[in-house]
Amino acid sequence: MTSSPSTSAPRKPQRRRGELGPVARVGTHVTLSVASMIALFPIFWLLYLSLGPDKDDYLHPGGIAAKATLDNYWFVLTNTAFFDWLWSTMVVAGGTTLFGVMSAATTGYAVSRMRFPGNRTLMWVLLLTQAFPIAVLIVPMYEIFSRLGLVDSHFGLILVNCTTIVPYCSWLLKGYFDTIPIELDEAGMMDGLTPFGTFWRLILPLARPGLAVAAFYAFITAFAEVAFASTFLLDDSKYTFAVGLQSFISEHDAQWNLMAATAVLIAIPVTIFFYLVQRHVVTGLTAGGVKG
Amino acid sequence: MTLTAPAPAAETPRSRRRAPGPFQRMRDSYLRYWYAYAMVAPVVIVLGVLVGYPLARGFYLTLTDANSLNSARTIGVNTIDATYKFIGLDNYAEILWGPAAYDRFWSHFVWTIVWTVTCVVLHYVIGLGLAMLLNQRLRGRVAYRLLLILPWAVPTFVTVFAWRIMLADAGVINTMLGTIGLAEPSWLEDPTWQRTAAIMVNTWCGVPFMMLSLLGGLQSIDENLYEAAEIDGASAWQRFRHVTLPGLSSVSSTVVLLGVIWTFNQFAIIFLLFGNTAPDAQILVTWAYRLGFGQQPRDFAMSAAYGVLLLAILIVFTSFYYRWLKRNDQLA
Repeated sequence: MTSSPSTSAPRKPQRRRGELGPVARVGTHVTLSVASMIALFPIFWLLYLSLGPDKDDYLHPGGIAAKATLDNYWFVLTNTAFFDWLWSTMVVAGGTTLFGVMSAATTGYAVSRMRFPGNRTLMWVLLLTQAFPIAVLIVPMYEIFSRLGLVDSHFGLILVNCTTIVPYCSWLLKGYFDTIPIELDEAGMMDGLTPFGTFWRLILPLARPGLAVAAFYAFITAFAEVAFASTFLLDDSKYTFAVGLQSFISEHDAQWNLMAATAVLIAIPVTIFFYLVQRHVVTGLTAGGVKG
Repeated sequence: MTLTAPAPAAETPRSRRRAPGPFQRMRDSYLRYWYAYAMVAPVVIVLGVLVGYPLARGFYLTLTDANSLNSARTIGVNTIDATYKFIGLDNYAEILWGPAAYDRFWSHFVWTIVWTVTCVVLHYVIGLGLAMLLNQRLRGRVAYRLLLILPWAVPTFVTVFAWRIMLADAGVINTMLGTIGLAEPSWLEDPTWQRTAAIMVNTWCGVPFMMLSLLGGLQSIDENLYEAAEIDGASAWQRFRHVTLPGLSSVSSTVVLLGVIWTFNQFAIIFLLFGNTAPDAQILVTWAYRLGFGQQPRDFAMSAAYGVLLLAILIVFTSFYYRWLKRNDQLA
């Protein structure tokens, strides 16, 4: 019954389900092509403008093709704080990932496998914190951090990012652990492993794909975080990309060509990275919610 | 018989699925709780310190008149102690029914609701349309899918800059509109167009996620259902209405809830698109940020009070949403 239904189709002369007539097929292709163009255009445009040598080229883009150059990229890499920002971004995103995923993994496992008093409450709290508007935390965080001297420090930003990453990753990993058969845990226990030993030696290695997705999500979220980074980072050599790119406008007199080049340099590696794992991210994102 | 007799201590996670054996009961010991608590401790501590304490602190701030002039601060080597005082619920009263309540809170509230509803409807409808097109046997569907998720793959702060360049007065969008003889609105200055631009950009950013999630949902619907409906003579619309939509309901309810929460809290797009320039296009989140960090003196108490109100709105919405889902499930 669960085998592919299309194999039973040949007895019917007309086309199989899901196969389109010629008109519908052309219509589908046209719609999808237009949608793809809309999806691609802003990025393509950014790429195109980044090749224009003059800062006003975006106003008469027709001229760019004739004088396209990589000078903007060279300028950005040699004359701006690009590498400082890269370093900051990596420290913040990497730190958030490491810290967030590590603490989320054990929680995800405990919530998935063990029923203990407070289990449901914890799940609720995890879900609820995902709905927190940044406006609720940003003011008290700022006040607390300025007392502790954590404003303008990467460590402070890592802590702040963890408020969103940790609950989310716990949910995501709980969903993943749920897919690993409990018989494995039982076998581990039989062999004399403690619950923590089972988790560490048996489950964690099996959950590697789930951990990878959580890590990726944590990294990307911290990478692109705007609100806290704009508020808590003051020194421009400590900026992350999300803040650095903004500062371009004032510092370089709205040199859109340089900004476009910077944006492209930032976007390309992340985009490639993202493409590689996007399917797993969707599964993880919705699986957590469906089971709630 | 003995197998079906429920053990009283069957408090295990799998108790719903399996009858507990003696091994399971053995694990129901104090020791197991101990391990569970040790494992959740890091997250509980992290959340307690990083969310719980600031939240309590933030709530306290809303009951004071704290701003950047009377908070504790350091000037050079001198540390000045905080001098703000407790004023009770005055901040909330001022926001909700003070003299400037309409101008500051309610107008933003209405716009936030309009923004959220419009964006989520657009996300869902466009996302579902594209997902259904992609869910057919079609040459190149993998390629289309990869192209269509691009807006999701690129970090928001990059794409919003791309849009800013495109939406500028003499940018490519107005040039194109001009060549086909349409009006060239000033997207980034005129309030109505600012709002339109914000919705446009957010829709562009949000559709890929909806599309991918709904595509996953569509693929999990049993094809036999469609075949059966077709044999019974159901029209395409009837099949959509009675097979596709119910088949998607669990995915839909999740992504719509996530969509509402994310859109309601969407900070980056409006903040990066307009900076500090567009008072009318600010939603409550960006407005709260602006009160606390985008003006001098910084009004910490008011900003925090907005934050608490936002959270309250979301909690009310989520619980109604859950209740509504439950009721519908029972009816179905």
